[in-house]
Amino acid sequence: MTTAPAQAGWRFRQPSVIPGFGLTLGFSLAYLTLIILIPLSGLVWRSAALGWTDFWAIVADRRTINALEISFGTAFAAAAVNVVFGTLVAWVLVRYRFPGRRIVDAMVDLPFALPTAVAGIALTTLYAPNGWIGKLLMPLGIKVAYTPLGIVIALVFIGLPFVVRTVQPIMEEIDREVEEAAATLGASRFQIITRILFPGLAPAIVTGFSLAFARGVGEYGSVIFIAGNLPFKSEIAPLLIVIRLEEYNYPAATAIAAIMLALSFLMLLVVNLVQSWSRKRYG
Amino acid sequence: MEVRVANVRKEFDRFPALHDVSLDIKSGELIALLGPSGSGKTTLLRLIAGLERPTKGAIFFGDEDASQKSIQERNVGFVFQHYALFRHMTVADNIGFGLKVRHGSSRPPAQEIRRRASELLDLVQLSGLEKRYPAQLSGGQRQRVALARAMAIEPRVLLLDEPFGALDAQVRRELRRWLRDIHDATGHTTVFVTHDQEEALELADRVVVMSQGRIEQVGSADEIYDTPNSPFVYGFIGESSSLPVKVDNGDIWLADGPIGLSAAHAPSGEAMLYFRPHDVELVDGCSGCIAGTVAASRRVAGTRRVELEIGGERQRVEIELPVDHPAAQKSRVAFRPRRWKLFPAA
Repeated sequence: MTTAPAQAGWRFRQPSVIPGFGLTLGFSLAYLTLIILIPLSGLVWRSAALGWTDFWAIVADRRTINALEISFGTAFAAAAVNVVFGTLVAWVLVRYRFPGRRIVDAMVDLPFALPTAVAGIALTTLYAPNGWIGKLLMPLGIKVAYTPLGIVIALVFIGLPFVVRTVQPIMEEIDREVEEAAATLGASRFQIITRILFPGLAPAIVTGFSLAFARGVGEYGSVIFIAGNLPFKSEIAPLLIVIRLEEYNYPAATAIAAIMLALSFLMLLVVNLVQSWSRKRYG
Repeated sequence: MEVRVANVRKEFDRFPALHDVSLDIKSGELIALLGPSGSGKTTLLRLIAGLERPTKGAIFFGDEDASQKSIQERNVGFVFQHYALFRHMTVADNIGFGLKVRHGSSRPPAQEIRRRASELLDLVQLSGLEKRYPAQLSGGQRQRVALARAMAIEPRVLLLDEPFGALDAQVRRELRRWLRDIHDATGHTTVFVTHDQEEALELADRVVVMSQGRIEQVGSADEIYDTPNSPFVYGFIGESSSLPVKVDNGDIWLADGPIGLSAAHAPSGEAMLYFRPHDVELVDGCSGCIAGTVAASRRVAGTRRVELEIGGERQRVEIELPVDHPAAQKSRVAFRPRRWKLFPAA
């Protein structure tokens, strides 16, 4: 494989001999338009009707900014935690054979299936000051429920399968021989992990991170139970949108939604650029 | 570095892959492990490398018992069939990897590692490709990089596992000659595994023929080809034909007549006669020869292969004739093997 010379301008990749290029592309575009593009452009349209100054007043509001900070901050922290432990879980599932492995493997998907409200209530019960775990943490001065820490825990629960399921298949593809080659060259187990395995997994880990992060930013159901929802302290942006809606303050709701949309899109775009850069490099 | 494999046995889940194998490899030798798949040749190579541990027995590098050492400490260069290059590293980083992971004072400075990498690239004739990634190289180029990477650590032995197995025939032949040149230039003790007999016979100083977890024969290409010591080696290396015969008082009999060959020391009784299809002389009339009717005739490059049915049992053997030889058309052909060997009947 050699690198292709830079092409002048851009064009569609040559479609294969198998027919259906026009049909499938047309269908995909129509589908995306219907399901994603139209609702989102409606959102932008409504907030645009607000006018720039009003829009900015809503966005720059202390409460809005706090809610955005909490949403993005906790989602980031939770995704970071999930990267570490999700990779670990994937490693154990891929590398070891132990009784009950299939059951653990299936359990990883539970956060996908469980209604998020159920997860939120269960976690709140556990971590509330009089709950099983909360009781143990209380004497240490750690308060989980009704704080941003509680939000992080809920988002860790929700986001775990995203990391595990993106990293796992890539990990399964790792060639045993590459590790053996590194070992014959004198690399210790630790050097093999940090210099050989991790760089190979990094793109998958980044993808898992961005999925868990995106999911965390948008999460609502589980968080509202454990967060306590104190304005300026533990109120997430999606909840603020709902509050504005209940006040019939539609412009404010759309404005917050629009700014969330913009921020999320920006972050996912950066992640994608990083990935395509690394793909170009390592092929 | 001399390598001595002493009475090594290897079992995988109680299934024996190697039975009591012993082998002495001389310093600077280029030696081939040749055998069909499942013969244990790759297992033997991996045992020498330390990628597997022997169930019984030991492996010595010089006088020291290497079986007590980890892979990392053994300092062997290993080349895999599918290259096993590090995809996320440039060619230069791949080659320098073994030096970079060293600790403390044994690690050369970065500049020295770079110099060494480009030196090795020159040796494997890939100068100037330092900055490429493995994905940007052809199969043959990747395998050269893999060899350079293995040689960078100044290995005590170089082990190659079907190094050309994944490449097409043209590149294989080219790399074969090239590997011989590299070996002659660097003098590393080298062991390579192959199932391709042409590759083994052409390239190696000595060939180790293996079958079913045992070493059948060790010898130079000439010894292996001219004096095979078992029916397996006769059948596996080159072409061979065989016939069930009887030995009576030192004379070899086929059905009811002697075939004009004598084996003075062979015990009387049933035996198998092995010979090379091209190593026969045709005879006229048959008093003391093998005669049969032509059952099939094929043109193979410069010769003609004739299949003969011999005797009442219609035992088929193949012999080779010159293309223009009239015997090829005759329905009855008589011949006598020029060089042959008897083995006890199975």
